[in-house]
Amino acid sequence: MEEAVRMAVEAARTSDARRILVLRLRVGALSGVVPEALRFAFDVVCRDTMAEGASLELETVPAACWCPDCRVEFECADLLSECPRCHQPSGQLRRGRELEIASVEID
Amino acid sequence: MCKECGCGLGGDVNIGGHAHEHGHDHDHDHGHDHHDHVHEHHPEAEHGHGRQTVTLQRSLLEKNDRLAEQNRGFFRAKKLLVLNVVSSPGSGKTTFIRETAAKLAGRLRVGVIVGDLATDNDAARLRTAGIPVVQITTGTICHLDADMISKAAAKIDLDQVDVLVIENVGNLVCPADYDLGEDLRIVLLSVTEGEDKPLKYPPMFHSASVAVVTKTDMASAAGFDRKLALANLQRVSHHARIFELSSKTGEGMKAWLDFIEEQLAAVKKK
Repeated sequence: MEEAVRMAVEAARTSDARRILVLRLRVGALSGVVPEALRFAFDVVCRDTMAEGASLELETVPAACWCPDCRVEFECADLLSECPRCHQPSGQLRRGRELEIASVEID
Repeated sequence: MCKECGCGLGGDVNIGGHAHEHGHDHDHDHGHDHHDHVHEHHPEAEHGHGRQTVTLQRSLLEKNDRLAEQNRGFFRAKKLLVLNVVSSPGSGKTTFIRETAAKLAGRLRVGVIVGDLATDNDAARLRTAGIPVVQITTGTICHLDADMISKAAAKIDLDQVDVLVIENVGNLVCPADYDLGEDLRIVLLSVTEGEDKPLKYPPMFHSASVAVVTKTDMASAAGFDRKLALANLQRVSHHARIFELSSKTGEGMKAWLDFIEEQLAAVKKK
């Protein structure tokens, strides 16, 4: 979270902004991130920075697996989900482990 | 992260909202899913005043590296020596680990986490030898990662273990990218594989802190050119300690076992 705020502040400075209003994160469904923990950390790290009082928007990225045999992508609940076509377990996670800073709104 | 085969993730950088072609060197369809909102761009953003949205689209942290550091701290607190054993399939990882544990028995206690795409055959082989073992079956994931290790480690009574050996999935490519929180990365090269393996898979051999030439009892049958293999190893794994041994006959095992005892003593002192 510290890193997210650091990146946001850096971007805001580059744009000569005075403050950060919104910080948007993309969080994969299987990233292991607990949104509540993230929000808690966010409030703490924002203190005394340009991001103080900013709101945190989280966009969840659903998890998707890839079956290399069938060459299909399918939504999956975990890393060992089976391909719906061949029923082979596929752990080739295409999406769902992101933890990215998408954008910031600044003023 | 796992750029070579697409079973991992990439952290892309896109600053300033400009569309950015990904620099991935994948040769297959890539599932990156860029949502429209990340390209949204308020007109005034061009001029640097007023409320504006700046697109960053950066991976906050390489998740695996973070978890690996957590593992490392946890293992250090437990005073464990942790080895990540990597090689091609069939280089003799399981036999090497079994014999290491057997020969250390009475002096040190060894626990094993073993990774394979499927089956628990390797775990069964180790369990038969009386070694505490947890099997991870990864599905189609070609490597172990730090998250799997932390979950698997929770299933071993680490207070009853001095050395935790992680037998990685047999693969010389992707596991190189994944720090598991180990103290030492041990790469095996068997005499039946060809002396140029280190040249073919430099990232893995380069990342290893120890290289072990295995199955030396078969060297002459395999026509193994020892000098050439060692020269190649020294070229790629130039900072690595090199051992040559046969898990089967025990030849060369003593130097390796002494090394492990030394390393464990160093960990206990920290």
